Amino acid sequence: MRIVVCIKQVPDTEELTKVKVNPVDNTIVREGIKNIINPFDENALEEALRIKEKNAASVTCISMGPPQAEDALRKALSMGVDEAILISDTCFAGSDTWATSYILSEAIKRLGDFDLIIAGKQAIDGDTAQVGPGIAEHLGIPQLTYVRKIEIKNGMIRAERALEDYFEVVEIKLPALITVTKEINEPRYPSLRNLLKAKKIKIPLWDNRFLNLAQDKIGLDGSPTRVIRTFTPGLPKKGEIIQGDIKEKADKIIEEIKKRNLLRWLQ
Amino acid sequence: MATIKIISDSCTGCEKCIPACPFSLIKLEEGKAHIMPGCTFCGACVEECPFDAILLEEEQKEVELSAFRGVWVFAEQREGEIMPATFELLAAGRKLADALVESLSVIFLGDAIDEKVDELKKYPVDRIFFVSHPLLAEYRTSFYTRVFVDLIREFKPDIILLAATSMGRDLAPRVAARLKTGLTADCTSLDIDKEKRCLVQTRPAFGGNIMASIVTPYHRPQMATVRPKVMRPMQPTSLSSAEVIKLQPDLRSEDELVKIVGKIKEETNVVDLQEAEIIISGGRGLGRPENFSLIRELADLLGGAVGASRAVVDAGWIPSYHQVGQTGKTVQPKLYIACGISGAIQHQVGMRSSDVIVAINKDPEAPIFNIATYGIVEDLNRFLPVLMEKLKNTSSGRS
Repeated sequence: MRIVVCIKQVPDTEELTKVKVNPVDNTIVREGIKNIINPFDENALEEALRIKEKNAASVTCISMGPPQAEDALRKALSMGVDEAILISDTCFAGSDTWATSYILSEAIKRLGDFDLIIAGKQAIDGDTAQVGPGIAEHLGIPQLTYVRKIEIKNGMIRAERALEDYFEVVEIKLPALITVTKEINEPRYPSLRNLLKAKKIKIPLWDNRFLNLAQDKIGLDGSPTRVIRTFTPGLPKKGEIIQGDIKEKADKIIEEIKKRNLLRWLQ
Repeated sequence: MATIKIISDSCTGCEKCIPACPFSLIKLEEGKAHIMPGCTFCGACVEECPFDAILLEEEQKEVELSAFRGVWVFAEQREGEIMPATFELLAAGRKLADALVESLSVIFLGDAIDEKVDELKKYPVDRIFFVSHPLLAEYRTSFYTRVFVDLIREFKPDIILLAATSMGRDLAPRVAARLKTGLTADCTSLDIDKEKRCLVQTRPAFGGNIMASIVTPYHRPQMATVRPKVMRPMQPTSLSSAEVIKLQPDLRSEDELVKIVGKIKEETNVVDLQEAEIIISGGRGLGRPENFSLIRELADLLGGAVGASRAVVDAGWIPSYHQVGQTGKTVQPKLYIACGISGAIQHQVGMRSSDVIVAINKDPEAPIFNIATYGIVEDLNRFLPVLMEKLKNTSSGRS
């Protein structure tokens, strides 16, 4: 069984608030921001590794991004994936979700046979959740999004999908693509030994000389959408700080709740 | 592909275009502006240049965009019930259609839900495409995609709106990928650029720290998923003269690769966050996961729902469907009580349109106080018991 995991390098969760639009020149400031593997993609990696441990599978991790995305792939290697490939080329820059999913699907075709593709449910920087389904469509395979639990048996996968107010249990024949939520598992920490080992592994680079994709399907030219403006959202109105001792503060809140008729039983 | 160039003879090196570029891709080289690779041809610099020294040549595409007309709204149904977000989309769609002087259509897929078509007819829409088939009763990616794509190919809409729900976000990227067209996720505002007759889609990115406006210049239809609870729903008028177009697709069960084998409802009596009038949310300030009991207790007392910040969901203190914020749910209750939540932008974008916000945090510098109607600078573990005690003692308290 072969599993492909798609990961993205993103700014650290805690540092997202530091990404700002510079009011002077309207540019996105990312300086000094630490990058991590998209948290949901770590769950995807962990799930692939757990399947591997149970079912003797091989796990290939791919990531498309700038050259520094190699760091994310190296971490995936230290977690225990068998192979990591960086998909990077200046002509891929500016790809929207359509072009990104096209490039990734073409890279997956180059890998040869696969049974299961796993990705995080969305990336925390763009939050689109569009690349996973896009890859599945380009490959012509079914998708299961928002998966919080999977079992694999005899070429079948049984999964629980987290919908708004219930979980849907579905079965599907492989090959398929799934996107996972963070409930699915707790990602492992790589051991120091594996971190050191991963440092020495050479990560192959697949650029467009290798993939040979048509210019009108990649990068900005291959992207149906264009960002025309970025801006910082306006500041909301400043609130009132309630003064007094702890009991007075509680009274004040109850008074306001009453005054505004927010609780039917509290009149 | 469009091209852009600097006319060297006209460029004076005034640098006005440099801050105009949203992507910082212009620099000065030897006294002249120079555009670096990565340009999206947005034209911001062209407008800024006082000397007409920047030449933007728009791409000429063979696709006849004007063949695509009208606005479509995908009406999401679950177990035969039309989801509330549909009526928000109808209001947004009506506005866009009116701006373009085009028609508004509803796309409704399901089985044996004719009476729901009558419900849709009460709204000011022009056409209802009602696609009925037993295999469309429940949402399935493959059948819904196929039916939707066939409809689009036949009737060529200009704009399609879907709700950014688990269903909309599963279906829309599949449809957009098959048609090779632009899709913008989780939009919070939609406008028409009347001059270009195109849809301008605005959405938060980077955890809500940055807003981005996105267009689909050369592909049709222009597709967007819209975040629920951001736009005001449309009210029925019962005067609609909507034309109903009933279609029966040819679907075979053996083509379905995904089999739905069951449903799990885990917690009983969970108040749906997005429908709740009162929400009590807990964050890291709780100190320990067990202290969520305080939040639950207050929620019970007030008849509210329990919310949570991303930090505590990430830490595994509470399941993620309680999460409010950019990657969680957007809520708009009458009363939102944030307990021990610092109020990162990513949380704020999910709750700042609540009617009244009460924030309890021991850090007076916490950003949540910037948007709170009432701020309480206290340790919530001390304050909540006092508040609950007083609520219970209020004479007309629930028995």
